[in-house]
Amino acid sequence: MAQSGGKKRVQPHIIEEWTGKIYTSLCITFLIVTIFSMVYFVAAKGLSSFFVNGVSFKEIFGSTVWKPDGEPPLFGALPFIIGSFSTSILAALIAAPLGICAALFMVEIMPKYGKKYLQPVIELLAGIPSVVYGFVGLSVVVPFYRDLFPGQGLGIVAGATVLSIMILPTITSIATDALSALPSGLKEGSYALGATRWQTLYRTVIPTTMPALMTGVVLGMARAFGEALAVQMVIGNAPHIPTSLFESTSTLTSVITLSMGNTVMGSVQNNVLWTLAFILMAMTFIFVFTVRWLERRAKR
Amino acid sequence: MHNIELSTKDLNVFYGEKHAVKDISLDFAAKQVTALIGPSGCGKSTFLRSLNRMNDLIDGAKITGEIWLGDENINDPKTDVVLVRQKIGMVWQRPNPFHKSIYENIAFGPRYHGIRDKRKLDQIVEESLTKAAIWNETKDRLNKSALSLSGGQQQRLCIARSIAVSPNIILMDEPASALDPISSAKIEELIADLKQEYCIIIVTHNMQQAARVSDKTAFFLMGDLVEYDDTSKIFTNPSEKRTSDYISGRFG
Amino acid sequence: MSAKTADKIATAVIITLAGFIVLIMAGLLGFILYRGVGHISFDFLTSAPQTIKAGGGIGPQLFNSLYLLILTMIITIPLGLGAGIYMSQYAKPGKITDFIRLIVEVLSSFPSIVVGLFGLLVIVNMFGFGFSLFSGALALTVFNLPLMVRITEQAMASVPQAQKEASLALGLSKWKTIKSIMLPIAFPVILTGTILSAGRVFGEAAALLFTAGMSSPRLDFGNWNPLSPTSPLNPFRPAETLAVHIWKINSEGLAPDAPEIAAGASAVLILTVLIFNLLARYIGRLMHKKFTATK
Repeated sequence: MAQSGGKKRVQPHIIEEWTGKIYTSLCITFLIVTIFSMVYFVAAKGLSSFFVNGVSFKEIFGSTVWKPDGEPPLFGALPFIIGSFSTSILAALIAAPLGICAALFMVEIMPKYGKKYLQPVIELLAGIPSVVYGFVGLSVVVPFYRDLFPGQGLGIVAGATVLSIMILPTITSIATDALSALPSGLKEGSYALGATRWQTLYRTVIPTTMPALMTGVVLGMARAFGEALAVQMVIGNAPHIPTSLFESTSTLTSVITLSMGNTVMGSVQNNVLWTLAFILMAMTFIFVFTVRWLERRAKR
Repeated sequence: MHNIELSTKDLNVFYGEKHAVKDISLDFAAKQVTALIGPSGCGKSTFLRSLNRMNDLIDGAKITGEIWLGDENINDPKTDVVLVRQKIGMVWQRPNPFHKSIYENIAFGPRYHGIRDKRKLDQIVEESLTKAAIWNETKDRLNKSALSLSGGQQQRLCIARSIAVSPNIILMDEPASALDPISSAKIEELIADLKQEYCIIIVTHNMQQAARVSDKTAFFLMGDLVEYDDTSKIFTNPSEKRTSDYISGRFG
Repeated sequence: MSAKTADKIATAVIITLAGFIVLIMAGLLGFILYRGVGHISFDFLTSAPQTIKAGGGIGPQLFNSLYLLILTMIITIPLGLGAGIYMSQYAKPGKITDFIRLIVEVLSSFPSIVVGLFGLLVIVNMFGFGFSLFSGALALTVFNLPLMVRITEQAMASVPQAQKEASLALGLSKWKTIKSIMLPIAFPVILTGTILSAGRVFGEAAALLFTAGMSSPRLDFGNWNPLSPTSPLNPFRPAETLAVHIWKINSEGLAPDAPEIAAGASAVLILTVLIFNLLARYIGRLMHKKFTATK
């Protein structure tokens, strides 16, 4: 059946098929190569402070003294690690109840108003650039805390406040999806037993959706952990562990943001900054795998 | 005796673990309508979808055996499915016109297959729509969206669309079951007309429809071909007890 | 406390918190617009910034942001479409595809500052593109690509299987089917998602600090030759964007009216993002109508 006249027509569609295959494969390959080279380069740079410059592991993770210009220079990164963790955990603690309540409001209490008013508000919050959050934090949140509490107002609480608003959309949207995906039979069963709405929510709905709700919280925390500029603007940037939550301190991202441009590529201090970036990246992996683990639990 | 247009030999279809179609060998003649009947899940639609390699799209589907189109085994992995599908048209249970104008729905296929001349295309569009008995209803609105047509009209448009690339064979998967009785009757009339030119293989749930439109009938049960014969014989004097049970409505 | 009272209290708390979120949003927007809109003028939007004097504008920054957005989208859209189509149409289910999916997820979770650092190391230094619009566009592509891939993949997956089968059954190649039948149907969803992602790109700063740079050369807006170093269109010149500018004047602004400039620039940024949002909604609704009205 090989058509002699058809031969000319056979070629184009096979070439076309290959065009599509090659084009899309190239695109996905680009993506894969990008991420592998990203992991490779950041890891190679980040580990060089240990292997090339001989800065000890113990110093970076165990010391609280950051004096890169000192004699000898000291690279204790513990204040930044503590700063990053405390701001992001505090931010998640503030945002989680707010976000979950917002989701309950949209799904369970007043779906009509929720869709009409709250949903767009949350979407808009998600769209606001982080520098704008930083600017508002600096001109509203910091002075507010300065007036109420002793200290400059800058610090962990200011950072966590700003971050909590930034991660609210993440937590809310995932919680909303989880709550709406709940089979209605589950709730009806509880109502049929004469339970009130709140009893149904906290005895049945919240426990069942817990892993999914946690997924949102962890994702939010991941975002807070990696956020750079908004935090840098309100954290104060003092390189030590603060004695109060309202005292100036630093995070991994803030010290990278501020110092990376002022150090020479290849210098010890520069390499230590890359080590901090490597910690950020490693934490991303931990967050992603935690989320995956929670998602698997949520599916069961 | 008619020419054999398409035939299968020991065709098996597996969906993962499930053995959906078992060792089917059938011949389909030109200018004849063959009906595939049987209860839901008997494998008749799966069998039909194998004939133009549509099951390739389903992950985990495995098809063994031979399907002969002329002197080519089209179940060979090396076969160019694009060329095969051009010769074997298909119509589905639910009308699925493209989200394009009526004209584009018909012209899309032929243009892809190399016909660029506007006049030639116009001619194909008119011919196909006429053959599918929908030209009169659509000739004044060819540039309107195909989705503005009624369900029955859309289904005839889909038939016209498959005719437009001039296939030899048309597969129909319960083409009238989603339509109202009047549209359904029109589709049956259309099948009787199309038989003059094409080999038609139709899956149907509707016994009366099978009896009215087909020349040959194949009865499927649990993936097996139970009986294959002239339609008149199957419906009046089947040789298998299971066939007569099904036809007389005892199960299914 | 009776169950009924607890129920009432809990409901009240939830409603209050929901109201609180709306208030935060209103306060946030109100603050920025109240402080900023008064400062926006034609002069502010078009003139160059001043380092130590009052009265500087954001003209070059605004231009840089828009130009960078366009450059980024020119690179991101073809890549994102291709990769998304690969994931939804060509990838066979299995270990490798799962792995790619994981990779996309990891990439989308990377902090943008890390993306910026990667850009500094590889694009700026190793490839030698320097602090430039082009480096910035590539960094933003890395930042935006996972989202584009997900948008495309979901949009393609939502195209009815019947449309795909109908086209393949006519003897059309898979690629032609994807291009001419499936993409047009997926287009509204992809467009809406792309506009939203454009808003995200427009406001991004951390990935740009070390790629597009924190300064702008003196631009000659009469010179449109893309190869000339003073031309605004030259993609290989450093370019401070609006978002980076806001960050910079907040942390090291010397001009006496720095807070006002920051407020004005923030208002411009927010308004642009708002426009992107509304545009996406409007187009989404328009397309939805177009497709349902004819049914």
